[in-house]
Amino acid sequence: MNHADDLGGLPPRMQPPFGGSTPGDGFRNDLRSYAWGLLLAIVLTAVPFALVHAHALPTSSLWLAIGLFALVQGVVHFRCFLHINPPHEHLDEALLVAFTVIILIMMAGGTVWILGNLHSRMY
Amino acid sequence: MSIAHVIFGRLSLQSLPFWAAVQHPTIENIINGTIATGAASVVVIGAGATAALITYLGKWRWLWTEWLTSVDHKRIGIMYIVIAFVMLARALIEAVLMRTQQAFGLGGGFLSPEHFGELFSTHGTIMIFFMAMPFLIGLINFVMPMQIGTRDVSFPVMNSVSLGLTMAGAMLVMISLVIGKFSTGGWSGYPPYTEIAFSPGVGPDYWIWAVSLSGIGTMLTGINFAVTIYKRRAPGMTLMRMPLFTWTALCTAILMIFAMPPLTVATALLALDRYLGFHFFTNMAGGNMMNYANLFWLFGHPEVYILILPAFGVYSEVIPTFSGKAIYGYVSLVLATMSIALLSFGVWLHHFFTMGQSAGVNATFGIATMMIGIPTGVKIYDWMLTMFRGRIRFTVPMVYSLGFMMLFVIGGLSGIILANPSIDYQVHNTLFLVAHFHNVLIPGLLFGMLAGYHFWFPKAFGFRLNERWGMASALCWIVGFMFAFFPLYALGLMGFPRRTVAFYNPVYQPYMAIAEFGALIILMALACLAIQLVASILQREQNRVPAGDPWNASALEWSVAAPAPEYNFAVLPEVTARHAFMVAKENGTAYGSPERFTDIEMPRNSPLGIVLCATGSFVAFGLVWHIWWMVALAMLATVAAVIWHGSVRDYERIIPAETVRRDYIRWLQLLSETEPVSRDGEVAHDNAGLADVHETMEAAE
Amino acid sequence: MSGNTLPNPGFRLRASYHHVNREDEVNFGFWVFLMSDAIIFGLLFATYATMVRATAAGPGPKQLFDINSVAIETAALLLSSFGYGMASLALKYELGYRKVIAWLILTLLLGLVFLGFEVHDFLTMFAHGGSPGGSGFTSAFFGLVPLHGLHVATGCIWMVVLIVQMLRYGIDADVRLGVQRLALFWHFLDIVWIAIFSIVYLGGLA
Repeated sequence: MNHADDLGGLPPRMQPPFGGSTPGDGFRNDLRSYAWGLLLAIVLTAVPFALVHAHALPTSSLWLAIGLFALVQGVVHFRCFLHINPPHEHLDEALLVAFTVIILIMMAGGTVWILGNLHSRMY
Repeated sequence: MSIAHVIFGRLSLQSLPFWAAVQHPTIENIINGTIATGAASVVVIGAGATAALITYLGKWRWLWTEWLTSVDHKRIGIMYIVIAFVMLARALIEAVLMRTQQAFGLGGGFLSPEHFGELFSTHGTIMIFFMAMPFLIGLINFVMPMQIGTRDVSFPVMNSVSLGLTMAGAMLVMISLVIGKFSTGGWSGYPPYTEIAFSPGVGPDYWIWAVSLSGIGTMLTGINFAVTIYKRRAPGMTLMRMPLFTWTALCTAILMIFAMPPLTVATALLALDRYLGFHFFTNMAGGNMMNYANLFWLFGHPEVYILILPAFGVYSEVIPTFSGKAIYGYVSLVLATMSIALLSFGVWLHHFFTMGQSAGVNATFGIATMMIGIPTGVKIYDWMLTMFRGRIRFTVPMVYSLGFMMLFVIGGLSGIILANPSIDYQVHNTLFLVAHFHNVLIPGLLFGMLAGYHFWFPKAFGFRLNERWGMASALCWIVGFMFAFFPLYALGLMGFPRRTVAFYNPVYQPYMAIAEFGALIILMALACLAIQLVASILQREQNRVPAGDPWNASALEWSVAAPAPEYNFAVLPEVTARHAFMVAKENGTAYGSPERFTDIEMPRNSPLGIVLCATGSFVAFGLVWHIWWMVALAMLATVAAVIWHGSVRDYERIIPAETVRRDYIRWLQLLSETEPVSRDGEVAHDNAGLADVHETMEAAE
Repeated sequence: MSGNTLPNPGFRLRASYHHVNREDEVNFGFWVFLMSDAIIFGLLFATYATMVRATAAGPGPKQLFDINSVAIETAALLLSSFGYGMASLALKYELGYRKVIAWLILTLLLGLVFLGFEVHDFLTMFAHGGSPGGSGFTSAFFGLVPLHGLHVATGCIWMVVLIVQMLRYGIDADVRLGVQRLALFWHFLDIVWIAIFSIVYLGGLA
């Protein structure tokens, strides 16, 4: 929540005496976060691409797999790149994102439900 | 593609309002052409006269530095409300014109169907986007920062930009009176009627861009208000110590943030269809016009809660003040407001029950719709219980509130009736629906706005409004509304459709006549409002309230002078209770002296708002008339202005502590010389804004 | 609610200057804006989902999408997100404006690679009968994907502006805020791209 609060840039749980005590540690931890994020994202991207390319599963199973990998990769992006790791700092932002997700589910989900229902009644 | 075409797009002499009457002088064309030309002349002469007056008084520089480039939330709020009143006048006259046409509509009437179509479209579009939204945004802008004990909103320049974009949209709608025709597709603009195939003219384009401009402005405002309330509350002001008007402002802001995007999507997709031949909503090549209704009402339903929540907030301030009692059930009111805000995202389908969904889908949304009535009912009970055993004072804001409580409930009940899909199938798009939404908007939203205008006017300008003309206006609104709209319930049940220019069955006529009578009374109400303002300005010296608390109210904005100082508070307050100012008055700690004064940092003026108003107007005008060079240049100018603004580094100025101290001491001196008034003397000339707190407010909690 | 048990009932005028954390406020405000943007994209996704079969006897996803191009675009954007992360670290740990600019330029180049491939994709689609005015499906596609591309382009322009500002003013408070907000924007766009390549491209080709 308060970027200026960090002790030399260290996230709270890494501040002394629990974590490292030099500014270099903060940098290394942040770098690790980005590196892990990149690595996971590459894997989580490559697998669905490969599955689709090889037509390894029936279509609806493929959709499920794609969806799950996408969701997980989204979380990876939020945690590793955007640093939204509740319940630590950035609680306001985490709540905002959660609320938005609820609204999105209602709006996008509702749209698909309604138009799907209309579509099925047209033929 | 001639040179003229490149330079002027599709502008031509035919775009002038009297052209049809000149070319084909039929009776219908002459009548409608005359009315249209008359309206256009009012716009042109009005704009010209205003410019001439400002020039004559030598006030251009003053206008620029004091108002147009101001980033002061109070000034911006006032300018929003000025827009609202101007547009209210226009849209009301349009309403009276439509009522008159229908009063004489047996067998045809005098307006052409086209003209009638433009009228109901502009009436709705203006009332929602250019009267109601500016009015409530203006009130929240003015009041909320003071209520939370801060100096300005989080993003003052963005605030000015929002105003500029709203102004641009309003100007576009005014220009549509002079050149070209407005959409005839209603304020909702449903395709495929508004697609190129059926409406190739400029009308729907005017509508799309006016709504888009103001929509972006509103979204930015929502962000501004939400962040301000989240991050800028005075120390000690927890969420549960905020005044209720601020609570409703917060929930309104959240609604704005999440409800404006669907409108942006709906209008943008329609624009893509119209300009680039896309097939989102066309009736061939795979278009799905039903998605438009879905997208539009995803916006449209939360929008009506955006409209009503600030009004509820006003009532939550006005009713306790003029009942001499603390608000009853603060926590339940907060919970009700939050649940209304959340539930409002789950009911949008009730605007198109008849579109063809299965009964299961309809029933789900119908039940959800009925559930929203519950928190609203809780609020009504809370307000009634606030009044119970209070000492009611029949001031103008209170009269509006009483009218609201009685009339809005009827509108709400008709809404619950409409929430039942089976019934809705019978009355959808009849005058029953029109009666319902006017029944909730006028006694709900408009009375709230007018009550708020009356309530906070002294804080803005330092003197009270004329009470007698205000009372006349309120009574005319209440009586006029009832005569104008109750017959519409009957007409709707008798099968009379909305947006219908004429009728051929005489059974409807008596109802139309009564409705016309009501419309004329409403016109008188508008006149009374205008007279009230003039009279108040003329009598201002007698009604000055420099001490700042004319109503013995309880929130922080009443603890400063009237008019409020530019920086709101000499020293930011540290809050220790709900209804902070009232508690301080009761305990004799109000009007204290601060320990010391510090320098105050205030944001500098910025021209970005007015510049984007201009560039936005040109982008929109160019898009409407297909003047592509204008669009390109204006968009470039927009980008350049934003980039330029980002490079500004000197954007704050200091008000020295000594100046602040001097002003504050002078005010305290004035207070010591001021005679406090009891509530009996509230509307008399001796009310200088200092309340006699020997008669304390009863705490209900 | 009488507060007469409190030493200072109601409110008091302390001299303590209440500092609003400007960085916190501005970044939070930008998050809010991003959430409204998310709603816009979400609705365009929903529209796409309901129109994906409305091909009006014209070409559909399997005829128009090139999985290799999409893979390259995905790689470019993901790497650019990492690049921006490095720029953010250079900013946060005060490694000097030259480092920040270097990483930003790398990010910008990768962003331009993304855009280049995407524009090429669109032109190829036009050539194969997949222009927006063809059907509901193509309209829905071209309403959604180019909007993301427009956002990326805007981000690229913003990046250039920030670089220029950095050269002019060094890393002052406003530049810092700008880099932080663009970071949020850029990562957000990568998340939207995850949804696009999953739902639109992989979903269409599955």
